This record gives sequence, C-alpha cells and structure tokens, in this order.
Amino acid sequence: MKWAYSWIRSPGYVSISTVSMNLSVFNAASPQASDLLNLWNLCMWICGSVLTVVTVSIAFIIVRYRQHDDAEPKQTTGNVKLEVAWTVIPIFLVAILFVLSIRTARAVDRPVTREADIIVTGHQWWWEIVYPSVDAITANEIHVPIGRDMLVAIESADVIHDFWVPRLGRKIDAIPGMRNFVWISADKPGEYLGTCAEFCGAQHARMGFRVVAQDAAAYTAWLSGQASAAVAPTDAAARRGRSRFSELSCATCHNIRGENQQKPYAPDLTHVASRVMLAAERFANTSENLKAWLRQPDVLKPGCNMPNLKLADADVTDIAAYLETLR
Amino acid sequence: MSGVPFPSTALDSDLPAHARSTWLEWISTVDHKRIGILYLLTTLFFFGVGGIEALLMRIQLAWPENTFLGPDTYNQIFTMHGTTMVFLVVVPLLLGLANYLTPLMIGASDMALPRLNAFSFWVFLFGGILLYFSFASGHAPSAGWFSYAPLSETGYSTRSGLDYWALALLGIGVGTIATAINLIVTIVNLRTEGLTFRRLPLFVWMVFVNSFLIIFALPALNATLAMLLVDRQLNAHFFTQLGGGSPILWQHYFWSFGHPEVYIMVLPAFGIISEVIPVFSRKPIFGYRFIAASTVGIALLSVGVWAHHMFAVGLGHAWEYAFGASSLLIAIPTGVKVFNWIATMWGGSIRFTTSMLFAIAFLFTFTIGGLSGVTFATVPIDWQVTDSYYVVAHMHYVLFGGTLFAVMAGVYYWFPKMSGRMLSESCGRIHFWLMFIGFHLTFFIQHILGLDGMPRRVYTYADHPGWAAMNMISTIGAFVIGISMLVFLANIVMSLRRGAFAGDNPWNAWTLEWATTSPPPEHNFDSVPPVRGLRPLWDLAHPGEQTP
Repeated sequence: MKWAYSWIRSPGYVSISTVSMNLSVFNAASPQASDLLNLWNLCMWICGSVLTVVTVSIAFIIVRYRQHDDAEPKQTTGNVKLEVAWTVIPIFLVAILFVLSIRTARAVDRPVTREADIIVTGHQWWWEIVYPSVDAITANEIHVPIGRDMLVAIESADVIHDFWVPRLGRKIDAIPGMRNFVWISADKPGEYLGTCAEFCGAQHARMGFRVVAQDAAAYTAWLSGQASAAVAPTDAAARRGRSRFSELSCATCHNIRGENQQKPYAPDLTHVASRVMLAAERFANTSENLKAWLRQPDVLKPGCNMPNLKLADADVTDIAAYLETLR
Repeated sequence: MSGVPFPSTALDSDLPAHARSTWLEWISTVDHKRIGILYLLTTLFFFGVGGIEALLMRIQLAWPENTFLGPDTYNQIFTMHGTTMVFLVVVPLLLGLANYLTPLMIGASDMALPRLNAFSFWVFLFGGILLYFSFASGHAPSAGWFSYAPLSETGYSTRSGLDYWALALLGIGVGTIATAINLIVTIVNLRTEGLTFRRLPLFVWMVFVNSFLIIFALPALNATLAMLLVDRQLNAHFFTQLGGGSPILWQHYFWSFGHPEVYIMVLPAFGIISEVIPVFSRKPIFGYRFIAASTVGIALLSVGVWAHHMFAVGLGHAWEYAFGASSLLIAIPTGVKVFNWIATMWGGSIRFTTSMLFAIAFLFTFTIGGLSGVTFATVPIDWQVTDSYYVVAHMHYVLFGGTLFAVMAGVYYWFPKMSGRMLSESCGRIHFWLMFIGFHLTFFIQHILGLDGMPRRVYTYADHPGWAAMNMISTIGAFVIGISMLVFLANIVMSLRRGAFAGDNPWNAWTLEWATTSPPPEHNFDSVPPVRGLRPLWDLAHPGEQTP
C-alpha cells in the first residue's frame, strides 16, 4: 500500500515567505503590452455588445413569453432576412477583429533584424539568462535598460516551457531544438514578474523569474559586474565553503566563472548574491533562506533536480558564507 | 420498417431459463436502449470520480502555498481530471444519449449493428478501467490530458502512467469510431418511411454530422498515441528532437484531433437544445435548414483550426493569421445557432420546466464561452491569455456551462422516456439553481485570475494581490456544484422509486420517440406513425392542417 500512502501524504514545507507583486495584463508597462491591452479592450466592446444583445433578448423572452394559457402560439418556422442579418453582421465584426489583430501582431512582434541581446533558456525548473555580447551568465533575473527594445531569444534545454511577463507583453514558447524571439522594452524602472506558462513537470508552478528595468547607467554597471569572474573570498568561513563547494560535488552542476567551467546544468552562481530571489522566485535571497535551501531543496521544491546532500550544519554555514560573497 | 411486427422475445427465448438473470441480461445486451443506459450510468460514475478530482484540486488551490496536495500528486490529479472528463464523461455521455435516442427518433427498432454497439461500450468501459489501473501501478499519468512531448517521453516521464494513458485512449478511441460508423449506418439506412433528411430531428442531424467528425478526428489521435507508444517502448524518436523528431509534430497531430474533439463534445449538445427549446416554447424550431447547414459548416471549419492552440509556439505570422481567420469564422455558424434558438423562443408560450431552465442557462453560458473563444481567435490576445486561467474559464464555459448544461436539459427531458417516471421538478429546480450559481461562481472569476497573470496547471501560487480571494471564491463555487450533483443523484434515486408515471408523451412533444411507451418495448415501436413533416406527432394531433 506504499503507493496509496505516498499519494495521500503531502510533503511538509518549511514556511518561507514568497514575493507578492501584481502581474495583471491591465497594468501594461511596455509599448507591446499596451498594444495588446488596447486590442483586448476593443475586443471586449465587440464581444460585450453581442453578449448584451443575447442576454437582453433572453431576459425579455423570459418575462414576455411565459406560458399563460393552453393556446398554441403562432407557428413560425423561419425568416430568411433575419438569417442573413445575423450571418452578415457577425462576419463584419470578426472582419474588424481580424484586421486589427494583424495590425497589433505586427506592432508587437516586429521582425528579427539582428542578433539577440539576451538568450533565455528554459530548464526544469529555472531560467538561464545569457548576455552574449559580454558573456555574462545569470539565472532567473533579467536586467534591461528602460526605453530600449531588447531582442530576447528563447530556447529550451529539456521540455517545452513558456516565457511570460504579463506586464511587458506576449507569451512565447521555449521549445527544445528551436529558437524563438520576443521583443521586450519597459517604459519605467521597476521589477516585473514573469512565469513559465507551459506545463513542464513537477515544479512548473515554481518557475518564476523577474525582469528588472533600470536606467542606462545602472544597467551598464550591472552588466559589467555580471560579466566579471568571481573573486576568491578572504574570510575564513567563506574560504572553507569554497573548497567544500567543489569537494561536495556542488560544482558538478553549478558553474562559478573563475573557479570552474561546467555545462549549464544548474544555475550559474558566479554572482548569486547579487540576485533578489533564489530558486526561480521560490523565496527572497536571504541568509536563512539560502541555508534552508541547502539543507532541504527536495522539501522546498519537491521534485526539483537539486539533490538533498544531507549536508552537515558546518558545511551549510560555510557554503552559504561563500555564496554570499559572490556579489 | 413501419408497422412490421417484431419478434420481441426472440433474443430472450434463445437463452436458457436459468441464465435469464438481470445481470446477465445487462451484460449480454445488444439492445441500443440498454447500451445507452449503460453508457449513461458509466459516465455518471466517472463524472463523480472526475468531479472529486476537481474538488481536490480546488482545495489545494483555495489559498496560496497550500500543502494539501504535493506537486506530483496534483499533476496526476489534474491530468486524470482532464482525461476523465473528456474521454470518459463528455464524449461517451453524448454517445450514450445518441445511442438511446437515435433509433427511437428515426422510428427504427435498434441500431444497424447491435453487436458492434455492445463492443463499443465494453471497450470504452475497459479503457476507463485501464486508465484508472495506472494508480494501482504506482503512478497515474502526470503530463496533462494533452501530454505534450517531450515531457511525455521516457526521458521526462519515466514511470508507466503515460503508457496506461496511451493504451486506454487507444482502446476508447477504437470504440468511439465504431459507434460513429454505427450511427451513420443507422441514420442512413433505418429511417422510417417518409423521414427524409429534410425532416430529420435536429438532434439526429447533429449526431450524424458529429459521427463524420469523429471518423475524421479520432484516427489522428490513435495514430499519434501509437507513435508515442513506439517512442516510449521501442525508443523511436517521433517527438524527441535529439533523435531527429519534433515536439511540435505532437502538437499538430494532437490538436488536429483535439480541436474537432471540442465540436464532437458540443454538437450533440446543440442537438439536445434544438429539441428541448421548441417543445417548451410550443413552436417549431426557427430556421431548421440554417441550423442543420450551420452544423455542417462548423464541422467543416473545425478540421482547419487546430493551430489556434499553438499561437505561442512561434509558428510564424502567416500560419497564425490563417488559423486565426478560420477560428474567427467558426463564430459565424455558432452565432447563427444561438440566434435561431432565441428566435424559436420569441413569440412562444414558454413552460419553465427544469429541462427548459437548463436549456436557457445553456444559451447564456455558452454565449459567454463562445465569445471568449473569439478572443482566442484574435491572435495577439491569445498571446497574452493562452495557458492562463482565462483558458480554464473559457473551456469550462463551453464544456461545462455549454455541453453539460445541455445534457442536463436532455436528462430532465428524456428521463421519463427512459425510466417511465418523471424526475421531481421541485428537486430539479434546487439542482438547477445550485448548479447555475455554483458554475458561475467557480469559473467566471477564473477569467480575471488569468488576466491577472495566473498560469494554469500550477499546483500552488504565491500570494499575489487578489489571487487568494479569487481562488477561494472559485473553490466555494466548486463545492456548490458538488452539492448540486448530490441533489441531482438524490432526485434520480427517489424518482426511479416514487416518481410520477410519465405516460407516453409527458411534454406533449412531437418527435417519434414520444410515440411509443415509456420505457419503450425492446423492439421500440409496435407501429411507427406516418411522417409527413418535421413534427410527426404535431401532424397527428392536427389532422388536415398544413405542417408548418
């Protein structure tokens, strides 16, 4: 009966507060999202009018044509003029929608004219972010300069994912063996949450990311920071943590530029301490959360690919101390 | 066929006396009415199972960061909910009704191929059992009812749940195709004298068109499932990019079945509405030819719209515009139907029976579902709302608020014919209002959740502004629906024992099934009334008058 037990039992969680932010498409924060919202509003007017006609007719019928006596009502069977009317008017309405949808699609999805500024790769269950011009690699946090159109290439390393930042624009699938593109530009500085929108397995629900829009100077500073290699720590605990990181096989999956070169099987940690959140928006990047994660990744994200290495408390403290130096 | 006496006890008397137990009669039956009732009871059972799965999901989603179900369990349950409701509830429910009603409505004594009919039912039942046996194997399928590759391939779904899923659906698919062929043969060959295609009841018209749609769509699914099984069991690479296959190919194949499937799940429901509304409005259907023709139009268009499930894939604008246009066009014949139903009621003398209440509720909710469908066909809007809770809302407005409300109208309408007893109207009203309110409470708010950025198929969510309250409302609504179903079950059980006797034609309806006893004898009709118009029983009651 093990299967029945495992099915009923729900995994316990360490309670860790998660971020709360608005993801509403009505809070459009980019020209693309505004275009989409305008089309939505127009579509609502059209569909809303049709719904009103139908609803009012039904309401009128319910009130007016309730049975009062046994007399048989007039036996009408049809009216060709009416049939033509309610065929032609909807054709006209959907034609408007079709023309406008082409116009909006062209505005939102402009042709790809150059190399991508950012390459985003979906993994089960996190996002790898690469800035190819400067070889900067990070995870789950995309920085963009405000007011500039950034071309983002979307790929996948395993199954199909979907890149969606509701306030900045459209969804686009991340498909293995295929490269998609999406234009991103933010009007104002701010942080915009994104999520995976295609079911991708156990932790699909916890595959968030964020887009941080900054003014040009802050963006440039951030980018050059991310492009640099890690600096070896001086503090004793952090130095112990650095050697335990490779001894305990953390480095088998996680890359720290300047220390080792791995395939991007797991998030690049070169500047992990500079990120706002950890584990694909699972929780805020604090010392306690980091330690809880090192102890029990399988409990905080059941099914995730990071194994529970049953680390000793001393190792947890040292490795966390090391990771916190990676600014 | 008409007036020919039928050897009503021929099959029974072939059995030895001791084998004539009720159980054996039901298990060995080839009578379309019994098979129809077996379909309905089986789907009712699976509806209960799928409904409990839905309630488990709604409990888990009632508040943020809930730990009632873990991700692995949740993913199995939402996969099984979707698969159950599509393949074990909605489609067989409609096939069951079609099975029971089609021969009666065309004045035939049975389906054309009764043994094939029994085969279809049993292969469906065992397919359902096979699907649920996956739980006993340790792990139910958990890649969604759509099982997108490569998530559904062995690299990412290592356990056997997906194999059970594919085998079960293959079996069910074969049964469905057999039923469709059976229905077509029956409708073409066994219509009573005078019942031309221009006089065919609209329910039969819809079933007829629907059966062709099944024959076109289901083989695509079966071929795809076979390919998935070959991938999983024999290491082929149809849908894995590493071996030269294509994950997108799965989506094309699956949706070239999957979107016609949506109409397979709704056309017979249109048929039910086209029978119920005229009878309770005391008027013939408005625009008979337009409703029949628009059904053919929907069926033809529906095989050319599948890629609107894939607008986020990055197919390219040309594809997206083409499929957007064909999808927008489907709104036209669908709208024609809605307006004709409204025009049928207009000027009528309406009896607000429970059946009619469900039919009117269908008109309202289905219109909302149809209009939100138009927003998906508007390609750039789809880019924002697809794969969010907005889709969950839309699809339940069509399949639950649409098809299931229509089926309820049909159940209250035809239950007296099937059982010989009336369902309680007062109980029916309670059922109706609970289900109507519960439905809109559950699903309307999900439109807004989706627009607020909540993706679908998530086992939990962070405490984003408004999400907790909206999800709680949705969960409360789901439980109201659950209660309404208990009222419905109680109504059935009590009415079967103590319901008022129905008589042949309790609703004063006009189609042939009301010309025989309730329940009908095994051979259906002692004699079939002459058919000289759309409403044979109206013509009988108005001798000498021109049939309108």
